[in-house]
Amino acid sequence: MALSREQLAQRVAKELKDGYYVNLGIGIPTLVANYIPEGMEVMLQSENGLLGMGEFPTEDTIDPDLINAGKQTVTAVKGASFFSSAESFAMIRGGHVDLTVLGAFEVDVNGSIASWMIPGKLIKGMGGAMDLVAGAENIIVTMMHADKYGNSKLLPVCELPLTGYGCIKRVVTDLAFIEIKDGAFHLLERAPGVSVEEIISKTAGKLVVPEHVPEMTF
Amino acid sequence: MAGLNKVVSSYEEALAGLSNDMTIMVGGFGLCGIPEGLINQMVKMGVKGLTAISNNAGVDDFGLGLLLKHRQIATMIASYVGENATFEQQMLSGELNVILTPQGTLAEKIRAGGAGIPAFFTATGYGTPVADGKETREIKGRHYVLEESLTADFALVRAWKADTMGNLVFRKTAANFNPMMATAGKITVVEAEFIVEPGELDPDHIHTPGIYVDRVIQGTFEKRIEQRTVKAAK
Repeated sequence: MALSREQLAQRVAKELKDGYYVNLGIGIPTLVANYIPEGMEVMLQSENGLLGMGEFPTEDTIDPDLINAGKQTVTAVKGASFFSSAESFAMIRGGHVDLTVLGAFEVDVNGSIASWMIPGKLIKGMGGAMDLVAGAENIIVTMMHADKYGNSKLLPVCELPLTGYGCIKRVVTDLAFIEIKDGAFHLLERAPGVSVEEIISKTAGKLVVPEHVPEMTF
Repeated sequence: MAGLNKVVSSYEEALAGLSNDMTIMVGGFGLCGIPEGLINQMVKMGVKGLTAISNNAGVDDFGLGLLLKHRQIATMIASYVGENATFEQQMLSGELNVILTPQGTLAEKIRAGGAGIPAFFTATGYGTPVADGKETREIKGRHYVLEESLTADFALVRAWKADTMGNLVFRKTAANFNPMMATAGKITVVEAEFIVEPGELDPDHIHTPGIYVDRVIQGTFEKRIEQRTVKAAK
């Protein structure tokens, strides 16, 4: 069975390490915060100027001056700090964030990513995504493997305008955990109950499949 | 105004000299940390043909969305405009010129502008439409795009506390673009929640030194929340 959004987030959370500073994008990446292993210390960075993002506030602690990059009201954890947008992107561009998790419309075998614009349909802007993919060494893209018509989103070459060129090395989809290297997708793990054949059929870009593909564990 | 006292007593005075076709910077991220009263004053003045530099475009009936509604902005430089339907419609009809800029590049363009740096190389946007028509260079094996800095005729900033000399302290994530914009305006106008006397702010805790600031006005703020999210009561 394909992973639910929660399971996808759970699988990504397994890549967290104690002491990490992490930036989580909007959507599925945000859910990763719910699966930080007990006892592990992780600081969440929000690019609007907060390091140490906490959970949502209660009705009486809500503060309009304290929001996350999705413009949601949040709280700050003990040890948090606030700073300007320039400082925030110095952290990001300078490679100080240990792990970045973000969504995408498409990725390709060269590690390029498209996530910010669908010509003629959707023009919302790139926000901080271009800076995040350019600045981070360690990026995980979370996305659906194919669209609702079954068309692959893992392509030989991205068709939509790029967010970043050649910068993505790991992708977790609802079907598989994939590494991108040497101009190909490499199948590392499959979602429980999902066949290798299904993954092959829904991957348009070159896919390298090892003899044994383990099922994901959470 | 006398000496280093920068406090003005009316919004008219705060934005005196702001006229058609000028470039303005407006602080804020979404609706958080925006100079609400200064935006309202621009609506009242009816200035048109503005180039507005701001991370977002407000919502339809609040923040910079008000200037859009009254068609006062000709060019918008922003990173994310998703929350504003008026904006999208004016952009698609070609009435509004929009320069979408990656958020970190936008922040750095403003920081650089205020610091006297005319341009800088960044990896952000290399190989994407953002780099179209721009100089690129390979430095130590990586590709970079040359981005030019930004300054403005007026920078409109919201601060938490200002002293009468224009030293500023921001609060939580309402800082966002405000500190850089304060440095990048020919005239920087600060709308503050609290104005205090010099000496009341600890010099060690000042975010923006008064040298960047030209005018300070006492504001009142609605502080509208864009996405009200709370955790479920236990």
